[in-house]
Amino acid sequence: MLTLQPYLTLAAIVFGIGVMGIIINRKNIIILLMCTELLLLAVNFNFIAFSYFNQDITGQIFVFFILTVAAAEAAIGLAILVVLYRNKNSIDVQKLQTLRE
Amino acid sequence: MYELSLIALITPLIVGLLAGFVGSRINKSFTHWMTTLGIFISFAISCWILIEIFLNPGLLLNQNIYEWMSIAGFNFKAGILVDNLTASMMVVVTFISLMVHIYSIGYMRDDPGYHRFFCYISLFTFAMLLLVISNNLLQLFFGWEGVGLMSYLLIGFWYKKESAIKANFKAFIINRVGDMGLILGIAVIFSVIGSLDYQMIFDSSTELVNTKITIINDYSVSGITLACLLLFIGAMGKSAQMPLHVWLPDSMEGPTPISALIHAATMVTAGVYMVARMSPLFELSSMALSVVLIVGATTAICSGLLGIVQFDIKRIIAYSTISQLGYMIVAAGVSAYSASIFHLMTHAFFKSLLFLAAGSVIIALHHEQDIRKMGGLRQYMPITYIAALIGSLSLIGFPGFAGFFSKDALIEAVAHSSNLGSEFAYYCVLIGVVITALYTFRFLFVVFHGDSRYKGDNQIKESSWVILIPLILLSIPSIIIAWPTLGILVFGDFFSNSIQQMSSYELFGYKYQSPLNFLIHAFSGPVIYLSLIGIITAWVCYIKMPHFPEKISNKFAIIYKVLVNKYYFDYFYEKVVAKNTTKLGLVFWNFGDIKIIDDFLVNGTAIRIQKLSTISKKLQSGYIYHYALMMVIGLSLFLAWIIIN
Repeated sequence: MLTLQPYLTLAAIVFGIGVMGIIINRKNIIILLMCTELLLLAVNFNFIAFSYFNQDITGQIFVFFILTVAAAEAAIGLAILVVLYRNKNSIDVQKLQTLRE
Repeated sequence: MYELSLIALITPLIVGLLAGFVGSRINKSFTHWMTTLGIFISFAISCWILIEIFLNPGLLLNQNIYEWMSIAGFNFKAGILVDNLTASMMVVVTFISLMVHIYSIGYMRDDPGYHRFFCYISLFTFAMLLLVISNNLLQLFFGWEGVGLMSYLLIGFWYKKESAIKANFKAFIINRVGDMGLILGIAVIFSVIGSLDYQMIFDSSTELVNTKITIINDYSVSGITLACLLLFIGAMGKSAQMPLHVWLPDSMEGPTPISALIHAATMVTAGVYMVARMSPLFELSSMALSVVLIVGATTAICSGLLGIVQFDIKRIIAYSTISQLGYMIVAAGVSAYSASIFHLMTHAFFKSLLFLAAGSVIIALHHEQDIRKMGGLRQYMPITYIAALIGSLSLIGFPGFAGFFSKDALIEAVAHSSNLGSEFAYYCVLIGVVITALYTFRFLFVVFHGDSRYKGDNQIKESSWVILIPLILLSIPSIIIAWPTLGILVFGDFFSNSIQQMSSYELFGYKYQSPLNFLIHAFSGPVIYLSLIGIITAWVCYIKMPHFPEKISNKFAIIYKVLVNKYYFDYFYEKVVAKNTTKLGLVFWNFGDIKIIDDFLVNGTAIRIQKLSTISKKLQSGYIYHYALMMVIGLSLFLAWIIIN
């Protein structure tokens, strides 16, 4: 029987990869979106783990909601990405600097 | 009576506002009929109240309308006090105002600011009524500033004329000096007694006497003297006493009806009224009374002298007004407040009559004001001439006229007084009588007698009836008003519930029997003969030998120069006071305003923020991943902080 520890470790690793992906990635916005998904997955992982070990079903119900929202978010994100590409002819993260001034 | 006095007070306000805001959209006749009717209502009610008070001696209305504010246990209330003094003042104010309203219909007929004018004079009437009707010092101050504001607006009524703008500015600033004295006086009273209500102040005036107020180190003065002197500075500003008189002659830049209403009959007498109202306080300070006496006497004689050398028809009368105000102040200074108020009333009638007659001349000569260009107008304008003659006779105190009784009673009181400075004042007012007669008849002779020197079209016409009716209506009280009222107002105890003074015998040293007796008694005094000397001098100088005055002025060139330059008061104020004040202001402006406030505080803050932000701007790269990194770092730190704690 596994303990809670390995699950949390795995979730932390996935979360770390997601965060690093966002920070280090300088090229592609799609990767940014994927990393966001990773973050959500890591959180889901924690929810499921805690839900199971605490014998509380609420956590798993929450995961369903998060998955739904994540799907919707991915769809909207990709749509935005398409529009962005049409406007700028590029999806390079380093060229998106208009927030500056 | 409470409701009635409220209506009398409020009606001028309402019609004034209506004339100002609505009148110009309707038409001229709406404006003047409505305002005149409003003032007439006010006048009728004032008369009613006066009659009621006269028939029921001791009737008094002292009621608070509402509480204005209440701070730390001090209550400031708005209220009305209608006693004999207030009722008499109300009748005088509304009567003169009514006459001026009617007169203005003719005088201002072609003026583009017609509605504005009627709005202002109605609002002025309201402010003046508010001043006389109030039962506390705060409300008096409010009315005081209200009349000051209206006077300012009306002096600068022709706002395109540069001299008018300068004059109203001057009037405003000099009145500020006086008002500062007034408000300090009110502050002294308030700090000692803790109330501004007249009744409370008079009831606890002993507190003021017993309080010593330290001015510099060891030098202290009793609260009553300080309060009275400061209040009197306020009166000096408003009633144009030397050395704060310089604004009044300049205020003649305004339309003539205004000179009659505000700068002769009502507003300038506010100071005299205030001194009379505060008589229970002034009675307690002999030092303040002496100052009042000396200032008044100096003003009476010095400004009268200036009237002799002026050539502007309105300025002559303006200096005469200052001189007569000096007489009133002198009367207050010898504690004869009733004589002071009585002279105020008769003066209101005959001086506004003189001003309106002068206005009639001015309008007939198409706004010519130089008396050297007039002359011989008697044959063209007989009614105006008679009105001016009646006003002049009343002014110089010709036996039987209103001015005679008031002035003679006043001089009688000065002669009988034993206050410090009363001898000086007595000689001043006696010489003043000669001077008054001299400049008044100079004005009369030069303008109405002799040959016509007016170089315009020779069709000088008598003014229209709307101008003449007020002249006639004002002539009547200028002649007869004193006959029925002298015994009651001056020698009776009519004012006993509003003015505190000694019995008439102690004051005047004369046992009053009847006006006729008073008239006969006056022939044993010097006043009548002195004014006769003045008239004869004027006749010799300006009719018999017209070149004689020139010879005299050449002979005494220095004195003449001093007089023409008005004792260099204007010169002194302009070159010394105003110049140095401007310099001081420039220092404050250049250093305080520009250097500290603008450069250091306002712009300085902006510049410092800009410098700071050029540094912090570098954090703002615009790259999403930088922001994400910041977020992560921040979050981690935050988490760490929570965990450690």
